[in-house]
Amino acid sequence: MTESPIVESTFLLGRFNLQAIPYHEPILVFTFIGVAIGGAAVLGALTYFRLWGYLWREWFTSVDHKKIGIMYMVLGLIMFLRGFADAIMMRLQQALAFGGSEGYLPAHHYDQVFSAHGVIMIFFAAMPFVTGLMNFVVPLQIGARDVSFPFLNNFSFWMTVSGATLVMTSLFVGEFAQTGWLAYPPLSGIAYSPYVGVDYYIWALQIAGVGTTLSGINLICTIVKMRAPGMDMMKMPVFTWTSLCTNVLIVASFPILTATLALLTADRYLGTNFFTNDLGGNPMMYVNLIWIWGHPEVYILILPAFGIFSEVTSTFSGKKLFGYTSMVYATVVITILSYLVWLHHFFTMGSGASVNSFFGITTMIISIPTGAKMFNWLFTMYRGRIRFELPMMYTVAFMLIFVIGGMTGVMLAVPPADFVLHNSLFLIAHFHNVIIGGVVFGVFAGIAFWWPKAFGFRLDPFWGKMSFWFWVVGFFFAFMPLYVLGLMGVTRRLRVFDDPSLHIWFIIAAFGAALIACGIASFIIQIGVSILKRDKLRDTTGDPWNARTLEWATSSPPPAYNFAFTPVVHDSDAWWDMKQRGYVRPLSGFKPIHMPKSSGTGPILAAISFVLGFALIWYIWWLAAVSFVALLAVAIHHTFNYNRDFDIPAEEVVRTEEARTRVLAQANA
Amino acid sequence: MSTTVTAPSEAPVFYVVDEHPHPEGHSTALGFWIYLMSDCLIFAILFATFGVLGGNYAAGPGPRDLFDLNLVALNTTMLLLSSITYGFAMLAMDKDRVKATQFWLVITGLFGLAFLSIELYEFHHMIAEGATPQRSAFLSAFFTLVGTHGLHVTFGIIWLVTLMVQVHQRGLVVANKRRLMCLSMFWHFLDVVWIGVFTFVYLLGMLR
Amino acid sequence: MRRLRLLALLPLMAALGGCKFEVLAPTGDIAAQQRDLLVISVLLMLIIIIPVMALTIFFAWKYRQSNAEARYEPEWHHSTQLELVIWAAPLLIIICLGAMTWMGTHLLDPYRPLDRIGSRTVLAAEDRPLEVNVVALDWKWLFIYPEQGIATVNELAVPVDRPLHFRITSSSVMNAFYVPTMAGMIYAMPAMQTQLHAVANQRVESRGFSANYSGAGFSKMFFAFKAMSDSEFTSWVREAKGAPDPLTRQAYLELEKPSEAVPATFFNAVDPTLFDAILNLCVEPGKMCMKEMMAIDAKGGAGLESAVASLLPLLHDKHARRGTVFGGAPSYVVGICTPEELATALTLSAAGSSEAASRRVDSGPVTGAGLPMPGGFSPALLPAFTSPLLPTSEADIGPRRPSNS
Repeated sequence: MTESPIVESTFLLGRFNLQAIPYHEPILVFTFIGVAIGGAAVLGALTYFRLWGYLWREWFTSVDHKKIGIMYMVLGLIMFLRGFADAIMMRLQQALAFGGSEGYLPAHHYDQVFSAHGVIMIFFAAMPFVTGLMNFVVPLQIGARDVSFPFLNNFSFWMTVSGATLVMTSLFVGEFAQTGWLAYPPLSGIAYSPYVGVDYYIWALQIAGVGTTLSGINLICTIVKMRAPGMDMMKMPVFTWTSLCTNVLIVASFPILTATLALLTADRYLGTNFFTNDLGGNPMMYVNLIWIWGHPEVYILILPAFGIFSEVTSTFSGKKLFGYTSMVYATVVITILSYLVWLHHFFTMGSGASVNSFFGITTMIISIPTGAKMFNWLFTMYRGRIRFELPMMYTVAFMLIFVIGGMTGVMLAVPPADFVLHNSLFLIAHFHNVIIGGVVFGVFAGIAFWWPKAFGFRLDPFWGKMSFWFWVVGFFFAFMPLYVLGLMGVTRRLRVFDDPSLHIWFIIAAFGAALIACGIASFIIQIGVSILKRDKLRDTTGDPWNARTLEWATSSPPPAYNFAFTPVVHDSDAWWDMKQRGYVRPLSGFKPIHMPKSSGTGPILAAISFVLGFALIWYIWWLAAVSFVALLAVAIHHTFNYNRDFDIPAEEVVRTEEARTRVLAQANA
Repeated sequence: MSTTVTAPSEAPVFYVVDEHPHPEGHSTALGFWIYLMSDCLIFAILFATFGVLGGNYAAGPGPRDLFDLNLVALNTTMLLLSSITYGFAMLAMDKDRVKATQFWLVITGLFGLAFLSIELYEFHHMIAEGATPQRSAFLSAFFTLVGTHGLHVTFGIIWLVTLMVQVHQRGLVVANKRRLMCLSMFWHFLDVVWIGVFTFVYLLGMLR
Repeated sequence: MRRLRLLALLPLMAALGGCKFEVLAPTGDIAAQQRDLLVISVLLMLIIIIPVMALTIFFAWKYRQSNAEARYEPEWHHSTQLELVIWAAPLLIIICLGAMTWMGTHLLDPYRPLDRIGSRTVLAAEDRPLEVNVVALDWKWLFIYPEQGIATVNELAVPVDRPLHFRITSSSVMNAFYVPTMAGMIYAMPAMQTQLHAVANQRVESRGFSANYSGAGFSKMFFAFKAMSDSEFTSWVREAKGAPDPLTRQAYLELEKPSEAVPATFFNAVDPTLFDAILNLCVEPGKMCMKEMMAIDAKGGAGLESAVASLLPLLHDKHARRGTVFGGAPSYVVGICTPEELATALTLSAAGSSEAASRRVDSGPVTGAGLPMPGGFSPALLPAFTSPLLPTSEADIGPRRPSNS
């Protein structure tokens, strides 16, 4: 779209009309055709193979934390591809728009692309990835059969999907925000962003935010209440610890986002004056509030990654984690400190020197526990027997890349230095350095590590290593030039350039992005190849890596009930301890197992929320009212269902466990 | 952290043979508390917003021109009484007296409705005088804070009616008792928030 | 310091010969000190980062599985001494960095008047800084020189070695004022004023820009920065004085409308109250200034009647300001001191009120923040059922007599 269409509001369709469809924008038309053909093919295949019933019964309505975890990962991957497509478009635009050329994207489109990239990557790629891993792994690691509130878990997932779908809808219906990923007012106010873009942003985040908050509450309860006997807090696996801290952060920060966006919504819909220039409003309050959520959000993403690296390092070094206690304390300290640093995102606001140095120094203090963690991983490797499987390769790459990101982060935490680097491409390079080096590599390490647990076969190592090297090399090519450009005083979010000396760096960065694209392609090929070769890669033992924590004590993939008997824990590396001290797998005495029932209410509520969000975005008030009433009605109706559990009969447990006994016997024979 | 519970010589126990499933709703109280704390954070942000913007009248009316403390005192009384009657409902529930529970729930709901009506009357009066949420940042923050509390009370009443139907259908079964307990925490929480609103917005507003 | 600079620059310069590392090689003393802080903090951190990276590679290589000769101690997982070291080492570095941050932040606080204009030149007490008022507009920069009585768009000229004092604000959305060769950036925010003290130490022609995304025209929102000798500056001012037009309030209202890639423009005179009016959002005649509003607020507001009586429908305010769907027409607070202002205000609202019914809620989009509507503009209609919520008759929204003049 080069221009937003002019809109007349009607009763039936609100602001929506045919001009809202960007059919005059070739890029979007071709994307739409691609998506439509691909989507039709998938839907056709599902229908042809009669998979709808299966998917609905076994997956969409499932309350099994493992399946929900896997669905989160699928969502994360899809949105990651969309977010990456945005990244490629930006790199291409910035590499082309030199010497008087306007590039190929007009401002209206380019500004949407960079806003969507940030929003999608943080909220709909990184968040589902870490939530998915936590969902899948945590109950297994603590020896539980499910989470505390299994229905809520399903509902949370579908709310996230609903938000993601709204963002995707904005691609073909209307537009997305042109404000940057945090939508600072007054630019995001009704005066300067009058069309639907910011409304898509608000409602997508609000709907997904409900899911995120509830999933945070759920996992805290699970970790606090459902640990296996013997697992006191200081015997919890480190990943469970970091998950606990992450979810505490989620619960203590997402309500802030909800409230802040609600105030912005009031400004946009009701004409209140919270963040307006006039009549007493104060836009800088939004900036403060959004970062009080935003900085903890950074740690919500990185802490689970730290947990993954801890598990991976200790497993593949064949050693107990060095300094478990200090690792736990470091995590907790980071959790608390993450609330005391938000102002470092806008030192340039002009708060006094004392305020700025307070927030600068608290920021630096965070690097102390982070540094301690780094040393702990280092000394876990020391005197180990390191097996360089894919997860371990990602971990070593993380350690090398993350320290660079940490260093540039502390540079930005010095306020006077921030005055020259704030909002520059140096900043962009810094946070991609920590997010790719930390979160993305952590997620890839986690996927490679737990894939055999989830699906019963390992990932193909060759394509994994291809992906790894493309990612690492591509990362350096894509982001080191941005550090350089930042030091040349180049600001973020620029669309066109006229200084030819910058050109070469943008071309290198675009080349890096192409390498990363190869890395992503290799990752997808890796999954495909692994599925084809699954018999060769089969994991029959349930413990393919000779690992240490409880999730490896059960079969791969685990049965619906996870553990036939609830394990008893004596050590922080519970499974390692069991293996060392001659644990014998029980073969008899199975009992019926009490489990939660599937429910279709989650997807239905989320679908109605989507309609509600869409109606609010387009000012279709009758539809908003109808869907809101429907939402309430369905939710209330759900509470009238008292019959939410069932027992897996003992015979079925016996059958499952005997099958496993046979497989194990074959493997040993 | 290598301490083990059992000495190596003993045969260690690695799984629970005789296991009892977690009782239904064993984490609900904790979960609901955490939810309330997250809701509390939303109010904290609204209070903070009111704290920052509460003095920005944009050359318009201030709290002293708008607030009627007598009305607010009446309103507060309604909400406090509703909390007490909810307490009576819980006492009756503990004694498994369905009818008494229902009776006190009705009274609680009525007090809640009275509170809402008075609040709506106040809002209507202010808007009619031109003190709309759009007039100044102070009024935006006021209407949002008080209105969000009012919305919570509204949903509390919807929830209360739902629960009364459920108690009517199934009696005071464990699940219903747990739900009544959650609503009780929610209701008292709204009371606590209102005390904050009353003090911070109305009383301090009159002193400003 | 000098040596440090060279140390930091040499390898980079050698490697990247042709590039302009403005941040690392500035020509202003403030930016140079900021750069020094940057370099020192990097060096400090390298003390710990280089060993960590080296150890990572070394351990990864030494303890690889195929190296059977390396020691393997699967149960070794705790050492109090080592733990002390790994917490203390970063702590020590952060103590140094923290002390440096505290001092540096206070010394380089942009609000603090300069006490030197170079590493060797201490400022004499009687040297008054050159005042420049900066306004970020959509999407260009306005510079007002109150002492010289001139104003420029997209060109900032300053004399070398004279302390500079910038007062910075914005007309509509947030921007950041940044001249990399001179000093670090500071936000430009509407209805708020930030300050920057800086100095240019060499004659240089470089550029400044907005470092905070501000909408569609943001990419071209840069200006020429010219540091020149005193005599050159004097003749530059004379050149500006020769420009055809003065910057009156009316001219400003024209100027602040969104435009992109505006060439450098001079104004031969400036309304002396203009910057103050921009800052207080009251350039338009008859609109109450923020500071007056705040003075009234400090006394507890303007009474109940002021809820509606002091409002006029906001029709001539910011080009882009629109009503919200449920909030009705945007309005503003009237501040009228002179009969002329009263007359203007009444005309404006009277002229506006007839249009008001159709213009009130304009939910249609604009390209960027308020460029002219593409094609034929048609007023947006309300969704039918919301209309009862909004005043429809002219009497409801018509002009009201201002009461608080």
